[in-house]
Amino acid sequence: MMEHAQKASRFIENESRTDWHDASLWFIRTKRDRVAHNIPEWEQLRELASQIKDNVLANLDAYLEQFEAQALKNGVKVHWAADAEAHNRIVHDILAGHGVRRLVKSKSMLTEECHLNEYLSRQGIEVVDTDLGERIIQLREEPPSHIVMPAIHLKKEEIGELFYEKLHTEKGATDPAYLTEAARRHLREKFVGADAAITGVNFAVAETGGVVVCTNEGNADMGVHLAPLQIHCMGIEKIIPRAADLGVFTRLLARSATGQPVTIYTSHYHRPGPGREMHIVIVDNGRSAQLGRPDFRNSLKCIRCGACMNTCPVYRRSGGHSYGYTIPGPIGSILTPGIDLKKYGDLPFASSLCGSCSDVCPVRIDIHQQLYRWRQVVVKEGGLPLVKRLVLNGAAWMLSRPAVYGFFGKLMRKAMRRLPRRFLYNRFNEWGKGRELPEPPRQSFNEWHKQNRSRS
Amino acid sequence: MKIGLFIPCYIDQFYPQVGVATLELLEKLGCQVHYPDKQTCCGQPLANSGAESAATHIYRHFVQLFHTYDYIVAPSGSCTYHVRKHFDCIEQTGEVQHVRKHTLDLSEFLLDVLKIDALDSRFPYKVGLHQSCHGLRGLRLGPDSERVSQERSKLGALLGMVEGLELVDLKRPDECCGFGGTFAVNESVLSVKMGKDRIADHENSGVEVLTAGDMSCLMHLEGIIRRQGTGLHVKHIAEILNGVQL
Amino acid sequence: MSRSAIIDAIRRNKPAAPAPLPGIPVFANDGADMLETFIATAETGGSQVIRISDSRDIGTALSIRFPDAGIIASPLLFIDTHINLEAVQNPAELEQVDIAVIRGGPGVAENGAIWISEADCMHRVLPFICQHLFVLLDPAGIVQNMHQAYERIRIEKQGFGVFIAGPSKTADIEQSLVTGAQAARSLTIFLTAFSDSK
Repeated sequence: MMEHAQKASRFIENESRTDWHDASLWFIRTKRDRVAHNIPEWEQLRELASQIKDNVLANLDAYLEQFEAQALKNGVKVHWAADAEAHNRIVHDILAGHGVRRLVKSKSMLTEECHLNEYLSRQGIEVVDTDLGERIIQLREEPPSHIVMPAIHLKKEEIGELFYEKLHTEKGATDPAYLTEAARRHLREKFVGADAAITGVNFAVAETGGVVVCTNEGNADMGVHLAPLQIHCMGIEKIIPRAADLGVFTRLLARSATGQPVTIYTSHYHRPGPGREMHIVIVDNGRSAQLGRPDFRNSLKCIRCGACMNTCPVYRRSGGHSYGYTIPGPIGSILTPGIDLKKYGDLPFASSLCGSCSDVCPVRIDIHQQLYRWRQVVVKEGGLPLVKRLVLNGAAWMLSRPAVYGFFGKLMRKAMRRLPRRFLYNRFNEWGKGRELPEPPRQSFNEWHKQNRSRS
Repeated sequence: MKIGLFIPCYIDQFYPQVGVATLELLEKLGCQVHYPDKQTCCGQPLANSGAESAATHIYRHFVQLFHTYDYIVAPSGSCTYHVRKHFDCIEQTGEVQHVRKHTLDLSEFLLDVLKIDALDSRFPYKVGLHQSCHGLRGLRLGPDSERVSQERSKLGALLGMVEGLELVDLKRPDECCGFGGTFAVNESVLSVKMGKDRIADHENSGVEVLTAGDMSCLMHLEGIIRRQGTGLHVKHIAEILNGVQL
Repeated sequence: MSRSAIIDAIRRNKPAAPAPLPGIPVFANDGADMLETFIATAETGGSQVIRISDSRDIGTALSIRFPDAGIIASPLLFIDTHINLEAVQNPAELEQVDIAVIRGGPGVAENGAIWISEADCMHRVLPFICQHLFVLLDPAGIVQNMHQAYERIRIEKQGFGVFIAGPSKTADIEQSLVTGAQAARSLTIFLTAFSDSK
């Protein structure tokens, strides 16, 4: 329990760095606000996107079958993976069948979720993440801290040091343009030498059987069009019904994610190039189970824009790694309890329930309501320590008995006034660690009212 | 019109002057206000901690006390929001539905029911408005920076009726203060950091008095301000509207 | 089999209540000049926009924009090129291309993006692997927003198609915007009527 709180405390120990992290993300949030407010129909688009995704969830089986049939017609090979292990095995089988030794991969949170890199590396396949941020954290051997900006937690000095070690850039170089250029040269070699390319999927269009991938760097396309084999890995929830729906989602995605009007590259893959192969791997990995939880199923509407992270006052001040899962922040905190309630049971509590996430979400997921409901589930399943449970039950007993409440209130105020400071501000007083307790008045409102408005 | 006054537990115990200001303000505006003295709490501290099922007794107690009133008015966006939104887990009797529908935050009652457009109060200070999240995003007491909307700010409109009051623009007009109920103790370091950042925004913007529609946020912020010893004043909006002086 | 297990699980777990697929309303032109909006958004996104009245002048415009241009590649017949794209077997050979000139359209006023399909580039990788990309866009083919763009195109008509909205970009190092990440370092849009070319 409360692992997030501990990690957050450690993060905040370096306060200037916390402020820097907060400001970086706030900058993106502000950009997002500005571009959203330039679109008069913004709220209508969010509602449309939400309704389209509701329709998808209610008909997901049929849409997946339609998508598969169209993709097969297009000459695409379609695979189904029930879980992460099956996904990794399927990908490896495809690669092994083509004798692939070197693989380039554009950003895919699904493959992160399945730990594909580690799996393939163990099989002797070189996996190179080609999104700059992903490459940085891959070279550092750490997980992404954000789903759109995986290296948002790092300073340019740290990246300069890393590149000096791994890419032999100049010692002490920190200029982002210089470092990006170095990565460009390094990655171009990898693109040209790759035997296969993997991408994630932003949208899979049921009526056409194609997948859409959005990048700013063009790295998905560099990989896919140079390698003879292309594999697209997608969660079952990536489906949208019609090509026309892309109009809605492409207008929302980049604006929500980074405050750009659209990603630089919005790529539509329908058929392999001549003499080449295209595969799509459709992955469940717990998603169909989430679909069966009425209170939480609409978390599957997520289009992975990351806006809820950028806006979250908790995420901005605790960093993505404090959540301990591939997808951090508010959306991660409503996806993870369904995966492992014991392990991630503290995440629904890592929120002040401010609701900013729900209002920023382009598909109108009621994220903070789900956090609230997950809390109820955690407590019901016995996820609270005994002391907290006793305190809560005691409070419930007291607060439904006016006389007891009045008595304890008076006693507490008296104690707070009389007890010496060191007694009040003990190590169990979490409130008092950074704050003063309220100055207790002699009279409660109730007592004042009895004295001054006795007849009402 | 029968008005029931709901004074949330932490106001009752720690900030009775906010309850007094609310009552006096309503009385000045000609309202007959009743205060059922068996009231305790809306149950939110429990429910937000995940103990909704334990809170249902409190919900029923609340409904039993208040269902006879035309309106239930509370100087708290957060508690009002809790009653309206989260009393959905008990049986939805006529009484429960009535209470959920007619529990209003003070600002809603003043503007939407009493429809006041003037106040007899003066507060010649630079005031920073902290928009509590449950009031802003829960009750929609104003437009938030995330959504594209044309709503007016209810708290802003009320403060605009106070003579001499200068409402200060903030860098982050609606960022959470980090109180969050039990979040404040479960994640105390983070909670305090959020509060410090909020206070810094007000201080850097030249605010003399920090106000809000929710005393819970202010209890947290005031606790940090007093620990820091910077002397920023903290007043609930009801106190300012009722003509408090520093 | 995974497939049937997944489909069965979805069938079991999906919401019972119907959720109708909404129609997508026409988000009408607010009266803004689409061409001007396109130019403004494209330039904000880092593209260069050049108006050319006669597409035969493109060669001149190219040499003005990049006087030291090395290898030029284009499937367009009226461009002087250094590579015979039809003869290229391995797309990796295109790594040497400095400048690629292709056609595109429709262009999208709200975001400066241009649709480019496989047929426009002969090799799918060409608009990405080149150092500098030039796209010819007919101003008559500019639409207001993505809804209209998707109405104009059929995404499945070609095996591959892409909206390109500027030069390759990244902000992965401390949020500093750097152009020229992995793909083309620059995007120049030639606005020219298509009727007189090719």
